Amino acid sequence: MTLPLTPSQTVGPFFAIGIGPTIGTHVVAEGSPGAVRISGQVLDGDGQPVRDALVETWQPEGVARSATDDEGQFAVVAIKPSGATTGAPHIDVSVFARGLLTRLVTRLYFPGEVANETDLVLQSLTPEERTTLVAAADGAGLRFDIHLQGTRETVFFDR
Amino acid sequence: MAAPAHPPNNTPAYRSSELRAPKRPLRVLPERFPDLSAPLMTGITIGPLDHDLTRQHEGEPLGERITISGAVRDEEGAPVAGALVEVWQANAAGRYAHVSDQHPAPLDPNFSGAGRCLTDDEGRYHFITIKPGAYPWRNHPNAWRPAHVHFSVFSDAFAQRLVTQMYFLGDPLLPLDPLFNAMPDPAVRERLVARWSLELTQPEWSLGYEWDIVVAGRDATPLHDDGKE
Repeated sequence: MTLPLTPSQTVGPFFAIGIGPTIGTHVVAEGSPGAVRISGQVLDGDGQPVRDALVETWQPEGVARSATDDEGQFAVVAIKPSGATTGAPHIDVSVFARGLLTRLVTRLYFPGEVANETDLVLQSLTPEERTTLVAAADGAGLRFDIHLQGTRETVFFDR
Repeated sequence: MAAPAHPPNNTPAYRSSELRAPKRPLRVLPERFPDLSAPLMTGITIGPLDHDLTRQHEGEPLGERITISGAVRDEEGAPVAGALVEVWQANAAGRYAHVSDQHPAPLDPNFSGAGRCLTDDEGRYHFITIKPGAYPWRNHPNAWRPAHVHFSVFSDAFAQRLVTQMYFLGDPLLPLDPLFNAMPDPAVRERLVARWSLELTQPEWSLGYEWDIVVAGRDATPLHDDGKE
């Protein structure tokens, strides 16, 4: 039996009332071993902050989600995935927003990883494209900006 | 070949997509997405009234009392048990309880418009709420969104993640709505329209709607993509 998929629709501008406390911003507790704060800005084609986006991170260790604030900023606390994944360690990221009928999927890679040099996905991209997927060191944490459009448009993947 | 299920992000009739829909083609990943190593809902508690949007305040909300029930299944027909289903909606007057909603329709002090539940072993969910009102938006002159309930489905498989909207049969605004019509195939659009059910309608109490949700299979890879080339 193959059932037809239910189509996606936009999350719209008012999702904050429905996205409850069930899934929060932390994959692991802040300050626990290996915990890393990942923050970034979601930007539109004019370079303006997207103030009504929902960013979700997904990895074997768990999920986190964060709505962007008035500056388009999101922040989660995650951990570098170990083991099970193929290629270099990475976190799968979903982006939802008003203006997006279907979620966008991208990947966050960790800076300075030797495995990045041989990762099949990263190596299939141009150097400019690759920089959109590798987070930048930002104090004790990581910064991962998401450009929906423009010369620095983030690489997005088919779901 | 089956029509693609999901609407293209690049949909000019939906004005907000102009500066937000990526311009470059999506890349295909060579591997499937990882599963979670622990059940998604470990440690998450859902309150006993979280699925009942009519009992979250002192009084009852105004509006037409309805129930919405259905099953979440994957493409192979297997129930998706233990998934988190979250809903949010406007009140009966077409106003969201959100600071950014400026539509001059009354707020209802007895209605927050949000609910959640976990699907049972058969993948079924159930909500009690009131029928949301239509409301204007600024997409084009005299634009009104058809009545709808936002749904978010979160299981422990990344490929199954879905955010969508449920509509009501016979709404005259549906043929004019750029979001509903972003799927070019009418048969695909119809999958977002709930069925009114006499069996689910409770005498002297509430109108019953039924709406099933189908998400990707657990092992869906980016290449197994609803017939899309």
